[in-house]
Parts: sequence; C-alpha cells; structure tokens
Amino acid sequence: MGLTLTWLSVIILIPLAGLFLKTFELSFEQFWGIITSRRTLNALKISFGLSFAAACVNLVMGTIIVWALVRYRFPGRRLFDAIVDIPFALPTAVAGVALTQLFAQKGWLGAPLAELGIKVAFTPIGIFIAMVFIGIPFVVRTVQPVLIDLDPEIEEAAASLGANRWHTVFRVILPSLIPALLTGFALAFARAIGEYGSVIFIAGNLPNISEIAPLLIVIRLSEFRYADATAIAVVMLLASFLIIFLINRLQRWAQTRIPAH
Amino acid sequence: MSMQSGLVSSTSQLRAYAPTTDVSVAAPAPLLEVARAQPVTAPRNLRTEPGPIRFIIIALAIIFLSVFVVLPLVVVFASAFSKGIMAYFAALAEPEAMAAIKLTLLIAAISVTLNLVFGVIAAWAISKFEFTGKTFLITLIDLPFSVSPVISGLVFVLLFGAQGFFGTWLQAHNVHILFAVPGIALATIFVTFPFVARALIPLMQEQGTQEEEAAISLGASGLQTFFRVTLPNIKWGLLYGVLLCNARAMGEFGAVSVVSGHIRGETNTMPLLVEILYNEYQFVASFAIASLLAMLALITLVVKTILERRLDEAEVSDGD
Repeated sequence: MGLTLTWLSVIILIPLAGLFLKTFELSFEQFWGIITSRRTLNALKISFGLSFAAACVNLVMGTIIVWALVRYRFPGRRLFDAIVDIPFALPTAVAGVALTQLFAQKGWLGAPLAELGIKVAFTPIGIFIAMVFIGIPFVVRTVQPVLIDLDPEIEEAAASLGANRWHTVFRVILPSLIPALLTGFALAFARAIGEYGSVIFIAGNLPNISEIAPLLIVIRLSEFRYADATAIAVVMLLASFLIIFLINRLQRWAQTRIPAH
Repeated sequence: MSMQSGLVSSTSQLRAYAPTTDVSVAAPAPLLEVARAQPVTAPRNLRTEPGPIRFIIIALAIIFLSVFVVLPLVVVFASAFSKGIMAYFAALAEPEAMAAIKLTLLIAAISVTLNLVFGVIAAWAISKFEFTGKTFLITLIDLPFSVSPVISGLVFVLLFGAQGFFGTWLQAHNVHILFAVPGIALATIFVTFPFVARALIPLMQEQGTQEEEAAISLGASGLQTFFRVTLPNIKWGLLYGVLLCNARAMGEFGAVSVVSGHIRGETNTMPLLVEILYNEYQFVASFAIASLLAMLALITLVVKTILERRLDEAEVSDGD
C-alpha cells in the first residue's frame, strides 16, 4: 500500500510537480510573454483548432461506423470491428510515416489529390488527416456499448406510436447516445491536442503555419529554452485537465439522466 | 463514483469496451433463430432503416475505415518490400537496426516488469481495501493517458536535465539518466503505467474479497492467498494489461524522443530509428523497422481479441 503510493509519487507525482515548480520560477509577465508570443499562439491555435475539426469528423464518421457495426450484418463486419482498434495499437511514428507516404505528392492518395490541386502532406490538411486517424477509435468504442445496450422496446414503442424511422432515430435513439457521443468527442479532441508522433511527419512543421504545440515544446527543449517549453506544456496540461473534468461531468450527467438498470 | 466511471471511459482502450467485440457470439444463438423464424406481429423493419440508407451507411463505414486505417497499414508493408525481400532483410540486419531492436526489447522488459509488479499492487490496494484518497489515487494512475507524450518526456528533462532539479547533483556524481537507458526506461514506465492497473481494477472489484477472506480464515498466509487465490482469478486480465503495456512500451515515440538524445546505435529505439531513417530518405530501411512495429501491433490486436473472449467467458461463468 505504502509501496504503491511511493512508486506512484516517484513515477508520476514528482515529475508533474516538477513541471509546475519550473513554471513558478517564471514571473507572471514572463509566462504571459511566452504564451502570447506569435509563434506560441499560432502553434496553440493550430493544435486546438485542427484537433477540434478532426474530433468533429470523428464524431460524425464514428457514429456512422458504430451504427453499421452494431445494427447491420455485412461481410467482414467482425474484421472491420477489429480494424477500428488499429490507430490505438499502431505505434505513432509508424502511423506518421505511413500517412506521409500515402499522402505525399507521389503517394497512392497524394498523387490523385495533387491532380485535383489538393496538397495534403506538409500542409495543415495533413495534420488534420493524422488527427482524424488517431481519433477514430474513441467515438466508436465509447458509443458502441451504449448502442448495444439500448433497450429495443423504446424504439418499438416509438414506432408503434406512429413515429417514422427518421423521427425514431433522431428524437429517440440519438438523444440517448448524446453523453457517450460527447465523451467520445472529448476523448478524441484531447488525444489529438497532445498527439506528436503521427502528426509531425505529415505536418511540414513551418512555424506559424503547420507547427503544432507539442512540436514547439520539443523545439524549445532542443534550444535549451526550458522555461518556454514548460510554459507551453502547462497551458496544454491545464487544457487537458479541463477536458477530463468535462468528461467526468458528462458521465455524471449521463448517469442521472438515464437511471442505471 | 461518477469520477471513476468517467475515468474508465477515458481509458476506453482498456477493458471498458471489451465485451462489445463479440456481440453476435455472445447473444444466445437459439434465441436469435426463434426471433428470425417467427413472424413478428409488428412490421419487420421496425428497428432498421430502408435498404438504400443501410447500404450508404455500410459503404461509408467501410470506405472510411479502408482509406484511413487499412491503407496506411498496407503502405507500411508495400514500402518495406518495395526493393525486394533481400533489401528488406539487409535493412534489418544493419548494426544500427539491430541495436535499436535490442534497446527496444530491453526497455520493454524493464518497464513491463516494473509496471506489472506495481500495477498489481496498485490494483490490489484500490479494489480490495477502503481508504481515503482512493479517487485521487485512481486519477493519478490515469494521468499518463491524458498527458501529451511530449510533456511526459519533458517532465523528466526538467528533473534530470543539465538545468533540471537534480541535474547538478547527477553531473557531480557522474550519473547518466537523460540521453541514456535509465531516462528512456523512466519515460516509458511513466507512459505505460496505467495499462496493468487499469486492466485489473474492474476485474478485482467485481470479484470482491470473499474468496480471499475464506482463504485467510482457513489459515492461508497473505502471500499464499495472493498466489493461490487472487492470481489465478485475475490471470487473463493480467495478461491483457501486460499485452497492451508491452505494445505501448515498444511503440512509444513522443516521450522517448524527448529524453533519448538520439545517439545513433546507443539510445535509438525502433520508433526513433524509423524517424531518423525516414528523414534521411532511407525509405526501405525506415519502413522495414516500421513493418516490425506494425506486425507487433497486429499480433497485439489478435491476442487482445482472444483474451477479451476469455475474459467474457470468465465473466459469464462467474454470473452462473
């Protein structure tokens, strides 16, 4: 018991405390100066903005995938169900080089897209694609158990009361999925913000244009500007704590909304 | 309570969704047969959409997963073998590649072992005892999942770097942690800490303390109880946690990248070598290493599916 706490402190608590201690070495003006410098602001904007957009795509596509996997029977369904986990399992660096190769100008998808005048690799679109890739499992795996457990009688009742399928889906089923959907969205969003390996290869990494916040931390570290790196890290850390907090509130809301059975 | 459930889903890559993969199997087959055979009084399509919409949804799901998930995986192997099988094995036989593979195996061995021991103890403490600060402990365990891997690496640079809190002391005593194996191991342990504990906590909570209490009242010692009663009960969950922990330990990039210093042949793990070779336009060599990691991921997924089935079976037999 005491051993656990000691180990946890050594491995997790002390390092994180170190991060905040380092921040307190800065005066507020210094901290604010780092955070509001043009390059930092742009990196944060790119990270948060594109993560949000990618999480939106994951929300929509995740719902479609989950619906297909849970409600329909089609050849290869079990296989595609397993495939959903690949972005979790594949090391991020591998995903990064693979996506870059795929969307590079001579790549399998990059070449046809280039003919259409769309450049994906080494642009913000590339960052967005990588973030969509790593976020897929979150929405699917959070919503899947809820959709499976959904009481069929509710739908049947709605239908027998005269609701058409459209109404049943959008007025009866989707509302009961909302907590799970939002949780999945938040998880995908949080993951995309912190993501490094799968993004940096395809990103292009031009300051102010396609440079994500985690990369800027790494750059500042390699320049031995530890204070700058720490300040950016603290902002990102606070953002992810906020997201975790919101997720927990969502779960609580979901529990009070739908009585446990 | 709600805090806890929130955290369960925040680590949804773990057991949280395990039972969902096998719905079609889990549903009692005869029941389905009956449902299909008997003409139901309500219209047949009460719980489904019209054919064309069904088709569009399935097509969208398949196309999206194929383009975004399957294609990247295929690209890895296609690029690795693009210059033929000889070039592939020649790339893997390079001393640099061998060094990276060895280092990755070493790091995985260290971090999985330590996280196995402390994961079991943490899960044991959380699920079998009541104490204040339990929620805080669970939050702490989950923390590495919600922190950017780059930040996980950064915290160790701040502690052990030249300008770090222990930096001067370490330098004075000539201890190398950063840009050496200990630093890489520490960062990996940090990142992979939650896997074992997270896989075990729900399992051990469900099983309760009755069997252990029975063992102890029959005269078993604490250790005997653990090895004879608790361990057999959690073995599949334990394997599950170890499996995911190992996959992440071998594949971790961001955290390790920050602490490794990229010393060639010395502190480069496989994912780091993938990056270096790719940036040097040695695509075959880069994708050859990447293909090993991709195979690791695929094997992990297959074993994970098998273990999930075992865990479900164990749950079902418990229920009876």
